[in-house]
Amino acid sequence: MLLSRKWLNEFVSVQADDRTFAEDMTLSGSKVEVTEVEGQEIANVVVGRVVEIKRHENSDHMWICQVDVGENAPVQIVTGAQNVSQGDLVPVAKDNSTLPGGIHITKGKLRGEESNGMLCSYKELGMTDNDWPHSVVDGIFLLESDPDLKAKGLKPGDPICPAIGLDDHVVEFEITPNRPDCLSVIGLAREAAVTYGKPLTLHDPVVKGGGPGVLTELLDVETPDPDLCPRYTARMVRNVKIGPSPKWMRDRLRASGVRPINNIVDITNYVMLEYGQPMHAFDYRYVKGGKIIVRRAKDGESLTTLDGNERQLNSSMLVIADETRAVGLAGIMGGENSEIVEDTVDVVFESANFNGTSIRRTALALGMRTEASAKFEKGLDILNTLPAVDRACELVELLGAGEVLDGVIDILNFVPQPTQLDLRPDKINALLGTDIPAGEMCRILTDLGFGVEGETITVPSWRGDVGHYSDLAEEVARFYGYNQIPTTAMRGVTTRGGYSPEQLLERNLGIICRGMGFDEIITYSFISPTYYDKIRLPEDSPLRKSMKIMNPLGEDTSIMRTTVLPSMLEILTRNYNYRNKSARLYELGRTYFEREDGMADEPKVLSLGLYGPEETFFTLKGAVETVLDSVRAQKVTYEAEKTNPSFHPGRCARILVDGKEVGVMGQIHPLVAANYGVDADLYYAQMSFDALFASRGAEPEYTPLPKFPAVTRDIAVLVDKAVTVGSLEAGIQSAAKGLLKDVSLFDIYEGANLPEGKKSVAFNLVLRADDRSLTAQEADDEIKLVLEHLEKTFGAALR
Amino acid sequence: MKEQLEKIKQEALAALGAAKESVDLEALRVKYLGKKGELTAVLKQMGKLSAEERPVIGQLANEVRERLTAEIETQKKKLEEAKLEARLEAEALDVTIPGKKTALGHQHPMYIALEEIKDIFVGMGFTVLDGPEVELAYYNFDRLNAEEGHPSRDWSDTFYFDKDSRVMLRSQTSPMQVHAMETMELPIRIVAPGRVYRKDEVDATHSPMFHQVEGMVIDKNITMADLKGTLNTVVEQLYGKGTKTRFRPHHFPFTEPSCEMDVQCHKCGGVGCPTCKGEGWIELLGAGMIHPKVLEMSGIDPEVYSGWAFGMGLERTAMRRFKIADLRLIFENDVRFLEQF
Repeated sequence: MLLSRKWLNEFVSVQADDRTFAEDMTLSGSKVEVTEVEGQEIANVVVGRVVEIKRHENSDHMWICQVDVGENAPVQIVTGAQNVSQGDLVPVAKDNSTLPGGIHITKGKLRGEESNGMLCSYKELGMTDNDWPHSVVDGIFLLESDPDLKAKGLKPGDPICPAIGLDDHVVEFEITPNRPDCLSVIGLAREAAVTYGKPLTLHDPVVKGGGPGVLTELLDVETPDPDLCPRYTARMVRNVKIGPSPKWMRDRLRASGVRPINNIVDITNYVMLEYGQPMHAFDYRYVKGGKIIVRRAKDGESLTTLDGNERQLNSSMLVIADETRAVGLAGIMGGENSEIVEDTVDVVFESANFNGTSIRRTALALGMRTEASAKFEKGLDILNTLPAVDRACELVELLGAGEVLDGVIDILNFVPQPTQLDLRPDKINALLGTDIPAGEMCRILTDLGFGVEGETITVPSWRGDVGHYSDLAEEVARFYGYNQIPTTAMRGVTTRGGYSPEQLLERNLGIICRGMGFDEIITYSFISPTYYDKIRLPEDSPLRKSMKIMNPLGEDTSIMRTTVLPSMLEILTRNYNYRNKSARLYELGRTYFEREDGMADEPKVLSLGLYGPEETFFTLKGAVETVLDSVRAQKVTYEAEKTNPSFHPGRCARILVDGKEVGVMGQIHPLVAANYGVDADLYYAQMSFDALFASRGAEPEYTPLPKFPAVTRDIAVLVDKAVTVGSLEAGIQSAAKGLLKDVSLFDIYEGANLPEGKKSVAFNLVLRADDRSLTAQEADDEIKLVLEHLEKTFGAALR
Repeated sequence: MKEQLEKIKQEALAALGAAKESVDLEALRVKYLGKKGELTAVLKQMGKLSAEERPVIGQLANEVRERLTAEIETQKKKLEEAKLEARLEAEALDVTIPGKKTALGHQHPMYIALEEIKDIFVGMGFTVLDGPEVELAYYNFDRLNAEEGHPSRDWSDTFYFDKDSRVMLRSQTSPMQVHAMETMELPIRIVAPGRVYRKDEVDATHSPMFHQVEGMVIDKNITMADLKGTLNTVVEQLYGKGTKTRFRPHHFPFTEPSCEMDVQCHKCGGVGCPTCKGEGWIELLGAGMIHPKVLEMSGIDPEVYSGWAFGMGLERTAMRRFKIADLRLIFENDVRFLEQF
């Protein structure tokens, strides 16, 4: 909402400078976005009178002017324009002047003749032909071509901006949707008046009337859909003389960001800005049968709106129609077929109240949010239609634009009951933590237009947002000052607070991952369904059963992910494409699985992704092992997984804790990597957060340190290549009789001097008894048992 | 004999002083003090001396032996020290060569900001709540006083999973207020961070997915003054003691009175600059007193209890804190970006 401060001052006298005004209004609840002074880009441009004009001798189109700019002697200026004559008043950009767009004008020579500046068009002053309808479109702006400027009596040397009225101060407000009343000059004037404790001077429109004819004989209005049209008010003006509106009105419209068009249209816009009540003017000629019907559109009906677009309508939309066809889209935009044109003679002014939700939905469906619809959709004051239409008629008479008929057509389908509330000053003070006297509360509310009788508060019709004592508390607080409310520490019972075990684990997993060099990433929860193809998920995979967003932004963000793999691959790929030579990334992100009730289970998954010259299957596995160690998971095993289509079939493992799968890890299948355009080894692991949480080992209990020394033995066995280290280790563990405390792999060898198809695997075994020093014999016996078992089970031969 | 002893002593001391290695010292020890050494040889002649001379020479001989033994020890220590010194010198390293470190990973800047905020509230007795992102419109809107027809419920603003606009991606963390009211005992003090979704195209300041943190207190006698006091404390912990704040009236359907909280621009100190768009203040969060209707809908009697709530965008907080100019960087996850934090 753009507010002209000149216009504001018609209702309340506020002298504060723009910055102070902006701050004061913001702190009382009308947030100011920005303030601007019209014409502030223009400097050293004045009114000048052409006292002499002659042809430039060396040019067939230029003229040499002597211009009185209010100084001792006229200045010489060369112009190429052809519309200047002796005696004309024109804008003169003097030597060293500035025009909008940062254009700088200095003196110079034009074909040998000195030119001490420039005569300006209104475009060069940053204005349009809508602002100056009486002036020629091309050429120098002859100031006296505008009757209002001529009447004003401009003098050479007058600074141009105040001379032509380009000097208003404009304040842009961001009005919250609960306050449509503030989308008007009067609404903001009321707020300003209370903010500054100044009186608000409102004006009741006075219409003389007496135009030819009887309104009710000329016009009939029906509202067959009263739910969508609570009120419809109309008046008529005859013998209209369409023409430009006066300068003062054009100035205000321009300052408010509205383009002046002609007197009738300008009046509707002026009233909308002043009263916040959107208005519409129809050409009576095109209201067939003299009948206005406010009805739902028929399915398949169409209407070409004022902007020239043909709109396809349906029965959820409200139209203004005559007996034969729609002539306007209610509350949004008029129809081209009933537009005010130059030869319009009779005009119908519509000032109506429409259902906000219906207007909003229609505007949204047709993609045409207008100034009017933006107001209606928030719900307007139903009592405002009558004063607004009267004001429009008053302006018609003031401008001499036509003859207003007596009487008003006013269909009121809904009689509003004023909201009444108890003031409850104690409750308000208790809510705010203040000690504001009841009298002060009453003063604020009265100034805002509330009715105050004892403790009964009557809410004004334009304040549909107020319906509860807490709303009154806000009204009081706004003008008492939010920043006058004290700041206190909360009293009452203290609460324990803190993190849950799950939250602590989340935090610790992050610390562990970062400790291993992984950077944390954040990826979108929604993905494209094509990503499942990219990771080679089988057609019948249950993971393809994703929740679909009905109204996604685009295909790429249209379904909720059931796996975080594509998210991680996308980020790995991006880093790879950015030529980052390595990356270690982690995310604790959610996946989404639809439940029977339509809601979702949202299990979290820890994903690790990496690539780089140092990275192998085993660097990834080391990270996975460290994560599992950090939660003290017991009985962790890894099983080769050959059928997961996203992974290299020979380099993928399922991660198990106590036999239960907690995740999967491995090298990404080269075909998947290729789908992402990556020609490098990518490694990826994912672990279910819930499974990790469930895998947490018990809190450790101290075990006495060993009193007796350990005996260590190394064994190397020759086995078939297919025998896994994991199975050998398990074999060693199971064969030992209790003296074995630790087994660790220290070498795997495959090579020339071994038999075909064999490998040598070497382990370091630590043996110890808790109650005595082991003898060499005891250790040897234990090792013998182990070796016998390995031979029997795996055909392992001691090397 | 006296002269003999004196001569041995002088010779031996000179030899010891000249010794370069500990083996030399050992050889000298054998030469003079050994069983067949020179001193021993002299002592063997003691028998030839008179009874008067014997104790005198004996004492002298002992003195020489002790002196030489001590000297050997001293020299030995000296040589060892010199040797150690030489070794250490040889072992000297170029300490400016980089160490063998484990590269640390980096927390995402958004999470750095979030974790700090969570810690501050936990320190004030708040509990951290997690909740669903796939949410019922009932919790996201109805129970928060945003009735049917509220613009934020439009399909142009919010993502839905069904034609009836029943199940949606939460557009704010505020439904966590209602979940807390439904599941927790009074009094309640919670913060609830998480992902939220709005139908905004990606640009420098918008993303269809971002993060918020919600906070709420419900107790007897909770006032707007408490809201201000608590949030001021939080801001001082986030931005430093003495950070100025201001509260502006605003509108949210589920709080009344509602406000927005600004912090004074750190860059210009309130004078106005491009960072704060000339206002001198930067918007930090939205807050307010929980609307009595919202309390009522959750079965809490607003005549007995009151509360306040706030909601804060986390990306914006992180961007401001780390001077990140473009929101897209947050979700791009370029390691060259991540490793700066």
